Amino acid sequence: MPRITVTVDGIRYEEDVEPRLLLVHFLRDRLGKTGTPIGCDTSNCGACTVLLDGKSVKSCSVLAVQADGCDVVTIEGLAPGNGQMHPLQRAFHEEHALQCGYCTPGMVMAALDLLRENPDPSEEEIRHGLEGNLCRCTGYCNIVRAVRRGAQEMGQAQEAGQEVRTP
Amino acid sequence: MTEELDAGMVAQRIAESDQVSEPSPNGEVGRRRRRKEDARLLTGRTQWTDNIQLPGMLYVQFLRSPMAHARITRVDVSAARELPGVVAAFSGQDLASEQGSLPCAWPVTEDIAIPEHPPMAVSEVRYVGEAVACVVATDRYRAADALEAIEVDYEPLPPVLDMNDALAEGAPKVHETGNKAYTWKFAQGDMEAALRDAPVRIDRTYIQQRLIPSAMEPRAVVATTDGETFTMWSATQIPHILRVMLALTTGIPEHKLRVIAPDVGGGFGSKLQVTAEEVVCLLLTKRLGKPVKWTESRSEGNLTVHHGRDQIQHITIAAESDGRIRGVRVELLVDMGAYLMLVTPGIPLLGAFMYNGIYKMDAYDFTCTGVFTTKMPTDAYRGAGRPEATYAIERAMDELAAELNMDPVEVRRRNWIKHEEFPYTTIAGLTYDSGNYEAATDKALALFGYDKLRAEQADRRDRRDPVQLGIGVSTYTEMCGLAPSRVLGSLSYGAGGWEHGSVRVLPTGKVEVVTGSSAHGQGHETAWSQLVADALGVPFEDVSVLHGDTAISHRGMDTYGSRSLVVGGMAVLSACEKVKEKARKIAAHTLECSPEDVEFSQGVFRVKGTGAQKTIQELALAAFAAHDLPEGMEPRLDADATLDPENFSFPHGTHLCAVEVDTETGHVKIRSYVAVDDVGRVVNPLIVEGQVHGGIAQGIAQALYEEAVYDAEGNLLTSTMADYLLPSAADLPDFVTDRTETPATSNPLGVKGVGEAGTIASTPAVVNAIVDALRPHGVHDIQMPCTPERIWRALRERAQA
Ligand code: FES
Ligand code: FES
Repeated sequence: MPRITVTVDGIRYEEDVEPRLLLVHFLRDRLGKTGTPIGCDTSNCGACTVLLDGKSVKSCSVLAVQADGCDVVTIEGLAPGNGQMHPLQRAFHEEHALQCGYCTPGMVMAALDLLRENPDPSEEEIRHGLEGNLCRCTGYCNIVRAVRRGAQEMGQAQEAGQEVRTP
Repeated sequence: MTEELDAGMVAQRIAESDQVSEPSPNGEVGRRRRRKEDARLLTGRTQWTDNIQLPGMLYVQFLRSPMAHARITRVDVSAARELPGVVAAFSGQDLASEQGSLPCAWPVTEDIAIPEHPPMAVSEVRYVGEAVACVVATDRYRAADALEAIEVDYEPLPPVLDMNDALAEGAPKVHETGNKAYTWKFAQGDMEAALRDAPVRIDRTYIQQRLIPSAMEPRAVVATTDGETFTMWSATQIPHILRVMLALTTGIPEHKLRVIAPDVGGGFGSKLQVTAEEVVCLLLTKRLGKPVKWTESRSEGNLTVHHGRDQIQHITIAAESDGRIRGVRVELLVDMGAYLMLVTPGIPLLGAFMYNGIYKMDAYDFTCTGVFTTKMPTDAYRGAGRPEATYAIERAMDELAAELNMDPVEVRRRNWIKHEEFPYTTIAGLTYDSGNYEAATDKALALFGYDKLRAEQADRRDRRDPVQLGIGVSTYTEMCGLAPSRVLGSLSYGAGGWEHGSVRVLPTGKVEVVTGSSAHGQGHETAWSQLVADALGVPFEDVSVLHGDTAISHRGMDTYGSRSLVVGGMAVLSACEKVKEKARKIAAHTLECSPEDVEFSQGVFRVKGTGAQKTIQELALAAFAAHDLPEGMEPRLDADATLDPENFSFPHGTHLCAVEVDTETGHVKIRSYVAVDDVGRVVNPLIVEGQVHGGIAQGIAQALYEEAVYDAEGNLLTSTMADYLLPSAADLPDFVTDRTETPATSNPLGVKGVGEAGTIASTPAVVNAIVDALRPHGVHDIQMPCTPERIWRALRERAQA
């Protein structure tokens, strides 16, 4: 079994893994990082989205061995800790952009990547940028609003010189 | 401007939502409270069923039938048992003596055929995906590997896929009893006379395509035992009903079985079920003495989570030449699929009283025939019977308007119940307690800019613009708040429609609420906290809401049918009233006056005309200490209430949709969508808007995108998320939502329920808009989903004709 070294949410792990083990199963079943859920088996839903070396990937379509030497950030590692939330998480809360919350971790991680590439997206750009993430509850209206709000707040925080985790 | 678009208002509301800790002087009910549920969902501290890990846990996988219909001649699991990591493997035959039959709780007629439904097929399979064997192994991957070592021999039987063919003489049979499950009829008034005398008659046939509910969390089950008692976690909407049903099916005594619905990622009716996998997991943990887990893959789910809709609807309207309806006749064929699951046969009956919609008429005639086919069974899906009914009547109303050359809004106005006519008993026998269709429609028309859009439409028609504008109207109502138990009884449903709530004020003055409703995304923790904060005068933050575990919430009827607030919330409120009365007695005793002299306001009990007072928190402590309580009073400040609703509630509203249809490509673009809903009094506008948004999206999805397709052999072609088109953010527009508020008279708060309204209203609004755009081209129907191809073909056919 190959041995991989991977950093997940700031902690370094060294693990032996079967070559066929999916990254998402590695995170969930091996590391107990169950914040990242699984919604499909065809890479369509985006529920499993995490950041791999700063870029969003669907962790169900990456093998754990492919993450060897990489830095993974999941929804669990996004907030700075001590009860605080990342501005984008806060924006999702304020705009009621989640109902059951199953799509939410993937949605937030995908939106972060979108904002990295385009810090001030239009509604249209957000809708297209999140095309790979499905939500069955919200009808997306509030998700779009949350991403807009998150973008503004991240922008303001950066202007104020605060550190905001952007991948 | 609509509420949501006003940035200033939003900012103010956020400011408001952030100040906490004091009971709000204006009350919690009606505030846009941000949800209590969000923080853990947003930070990944969730407890989905698949997250649960227990020591020694084993993993289950099912081998499923690749044939739509076949006799099983041999199953051999022995090779699978030999594989490394495999703990056990069983065929349906192996469990035949103990697995029982999956329950159907709604035998709608005396002579209904309810076939045996073994959780794992024993001698015959009747749909692709039906479980035939299972494997238990030490990890997911090994269990999946072992499935390949199981050998099954099938002797093919003819699939039965089309409902009309299924009912034809000599058709191959799904079950020995034949392909008809039941016929159910309802009639009121003289339909024959209406059809004979009325000068106008509209006859239409609509197809309600089969849908896959597609909650984002796939199903999952964990079952464990200590040898005597059993615990099951399941991604279910109905932990309470499930416990009763599992006890009845498996013989595990009810008091030895605990069912927990932890965080559940959406349901939309699809998790209102007692499934094969739940039963088998329970039997496996019983046999093996180890915890077992089964998690569905999405492709497995598309095949085996019950489907929704699937009806052929014949609707006839008899009307006067001024547009007034004389009568409506409905004949339905409903695809049950291969078996009758928990409420399969009853789903179309939830629509039986709704085909008359919001309209007055003299006669109504409804017949529904349930048909067996070799497909996945159908059952509840968001709206359950009522979206189908609303679609048929609202589509047909547009046809009536077109026939009479009238504006579709005007034809509705001429027929609907006027606001001064409530309460109104409809031709279908329901008493609509309240409503104001004029107000909702007028508001929607104004927000939509109806006249301007009609002018643009006329202009585009004149110019023969290849992109035509269509305007769709849907004025709906629905019966929700399921349901008065006596009504359910009269419809032969196996249970009641009550709900339970209990409220306990703890010694420190904090409040625990236990509800029988089982939230899976609806935000009950927030909304119930708002209700209780107002009722007891305690801070919103001081209330916590417990649910979804039969050991904590021992009594309940769970969440479906837009019932949680109307029945469950009102039960909680009723328990609060009892708590208050008890506290009043303690206050009177302590303050040495009579209870009648104690008034209550915002958490404080005061003696009238004096300054003497006690807070509810002080009284809770006094009840706990129990040093000096009124004679005979038990030392606790808590109360229970089980509430049976006196009537359904009847939300209503007007949805308007404008679409641009490219007549050269068939492409549809939703240009604007306005929804004005009247869901009665609103506890939390934020949550209500969210429910409306999501509901509209699901209804639009039926109109434009989704369809479960079986091929001629009975294989599901849309078995993955890549094939079954769920709309993404890029496929949907922003919605303009607003409300009118006509309180329900059937409960103290005036609430009506909102979970299904959007889905019920939106499908006909969208299809009406598309057909409206195409009418000048001679097209008067497009079958759902209205894909570009279907629209393009319809246009071409008309052009060639
Ligand atoms: S679980 Fe990865 S895309 Fe669906
Ligand atoms: S919030 Fe339920 S799937 Fe998005």
